[in-house]
Amino acid sequence: MKTGLFIPCYVDALYPEVAVACYKLLKHLQVDVTYPLKQTCCGQPMANAGFESKAVPLAEHFEDIFKGFDYVVAPSASCAAFVKLNYPRLLQGKHFCETSDKIMDICEFLHDVLKVKSLPGKFYHKVSLHNSCHGVRELGLSSPSERNIPKYSKLKDLLSLVEGVTVCEPERVDECCGFGGMFSVEEPEVSTQMGIDKLERHMATGAEYITGPDSSCLMHLQGVAKRQQKDIKFIHIVQILAAGL
Amino acid sequence: MSTLHRKAAQTFLKNGENAKWHDATFWALRDKRDNMAMGLDEWERLRDTASAIKRHTVTHLDKYLEQFATNAEKNGVKVHWAKDAEEFNNIVLEILTSHNVKKLVKSKSMLTEECEMNPFLEQHGIDVVETDLGERILQLMKQKPSHIVVPAIHITQEEVGHLFERVLGSEKGNYDPTYLTYQARISLRNEFMTADAGMTGANFGVAATGDIVVCTNEGNADMSTSVPKLHIAAMGLEKVIPDYRSLAVFQRLLCRAATGQPTTAFTSHFRKARPDGEMHIILVDNGRSDIIANTEHWETLKCIRCGSCMNTCPVYRRSGGYSYTYFIPGPIGINLGMLKSPVKYSDNVSACSLCCSCDNVCPVKVNLSEQIYRWRQNLDSLGKADPMKKAMSAGMEYLFGHPGLYSTSLRFAPLANHLPRLLMYNKLNGWGIGHEMPEFPRESFQTMWKKGEVK
Repeated sequence: MKTGLFIPCYVDALYPEVAVACYKLLKHLQVDVTYPLKQTCCGQPMANAGFESKAVPLAEHFEDIFKGFDYVVAPSASCAAFVKLNYPRLLQGKHFCETSDKIMDICEFLHDVLKVKSLPGKFYHKVSLHNSCHGVRELGLSSPSERNIPKYSKLKDLLSLVEGVTVCEPERVDECCGFGGMFSVEEPEVSTQMGIDKLERHMATGAEYITGPDSSCLMHLQGVAKRQQKDIKFIHIVQILAAGL
Repeated sequence: MSTLHRKAAQTFLKNGENAKWHDATFWALRDKRDNMAMGLDEWERLRDTASAIKRHTVTHLDKYLEQFATNAEKNGVKVHWAKDAEEFNNIVLEILTSHNVKKLVKSKSMLTEECEMNPFLEQHGIDVVETDLGERILQLMKQKPSHIVVPAIHITQEEVGHLFERVLGSEKGNYDPTYLTYQARISLRNEFMTADAGMTGANFGVAATGDIVVCTNEGNADMSTSVPKLHIAAMGLEKVIPDYRSLAVFQRLLCRAATGQPTTAFTSHFRKARPDGEMHIILVDNGRSDIIANTEHWETLKCIRCGSCMNTCPVYRRSGGYSYTYFIPGPIGINLGMLKSPVKYSDNVSACSLCCSCDNVCPVKVNLSEQIYRWRQNLDSLGKADPMKKAMSAGMEYLFGHPGLYSTSLRFAPLANHLPRLLMYNKLNGWGIGHEMPEFPRESFQTMWKKGEVK
């Protein structure tokens, strides 16, 4: 089971510790994983901003790099969702898109493919789980609060394997935090207000950390928290799952 | 360049207390809707069925409209066809003038807002009286609806109290909602009794029977049609549905999604004129048949105007109905505005974080966020793309399209941590308005990997 690690551009540049945790965790779980060089960005930022055509060369590049793997795994639900849902259309008329069926958010991969039943780590902290929009509503990492379907959360299932961790969820469990890629730049006031509101609800749980599968939401919330001088820590969910490795 | 939506939202958010109240009020509606949705085991199946019925009807609209019109005519109803707003307004005026109507009472209709019928009729000397309480308040205040179902929810009871003191002569300083409603009721009763014609919208037109169905909570549609002998119904082409069986599906969804009630207080069927009366139905196209032909956006025609996409939209809740430049706000309004005129209404396309919550509440499963995403792709060719975003996207395309350059930039990125604050936090950096910048670590993952540091 050849697995390619896709480390989205901003994780690579800003949160290398998240990428390291992914690699260590997958290695620990004896996955045949490698990090192909020359990878850059999936193209989501420009596509969501309305410049999908500029994402096409990146989609082709991504295909070239990752098509030989059985699975492509990324620590970013939103980027994984973009590849999964949009690449087939972006590559239409060029060639069949292979990576769309192979890409998974790492939590999805751990939960659905590896079916992880135990983890070695301990994390004696209270965390508030950030259910990011694309993770919930595009990848189905948990049941969307709008839908009348049986409630589940792959993220909570995984966190429950780590000794010591107490998981809370904010009120309005999967309301958007306001990042939205370039939305945060084009509508900064609304985006910030959404961030402030989200932070408040996370902090009301009394958690020490906000955690989730998307560093992008966490980056946004962290930026808002710093500006608002709110005292709460941020950690990607994989860093908790890989605790002690 | 800022969109008009952004500018209006900025102003809206300056009144923090009001903004918080607005958000909480609409979240409460979302909450009530959730309670209803979770209370029906078959909720998701109803949504699937409703979507399928609408897809079928919209793609066989010619057949169902003909059937509807034929049956309505069999019932003695006069059916008119209006290709646009102008034709619609003129048909209404003609009916009214030929009956020597001086006063028209009407129940709520977003279609008459769309066609700007009220000012047109008023110009021609007809007194138009809105009878839905929210709409009446707005009419007296000379304001437009800020939401399609609860049009005046942004107005406080104190503001209504002041208005009624001035216009209806209500007690000074009495802002009790029950009292104020009673005052409106007395005044409206007089309007009903002295009106020469009544107008309703239509939530549904049933092809198999020729009925129109109107859902209200106040019974004002029934008053509008029970006192005057002339009834005119305004109905958009897309409101036609096949039969009562399909009506039953929508009837279970509409009010639950809209206000979180199991049903509206009144679900009124109008099939024929009262004895000695006349009933007219005006079927209005006004761009709808063009939407059917739009391969990417035709599913907006499935919309049953419940407003639930607005209530759940985190941007709508934090920017208010008036921050949008089209008369229908929120996710469905962004899309309908673009269908009306992409050049005129492109300012609303920024009002979406692509969170996809609207797609999941929509009772007829309109793919709202996907459509907004698609509209964004058209902005550049319309000359409406944000230059900053365009430049950023082009820069990213170049950077990410050249892995060597990307690697080099990663190595130099930490230098940004030491840039002077003024250079980082200014007008050009939208991110810096509400955020501190993230700090670059000493090494990127890629650099660590190349050095063999990742084990």
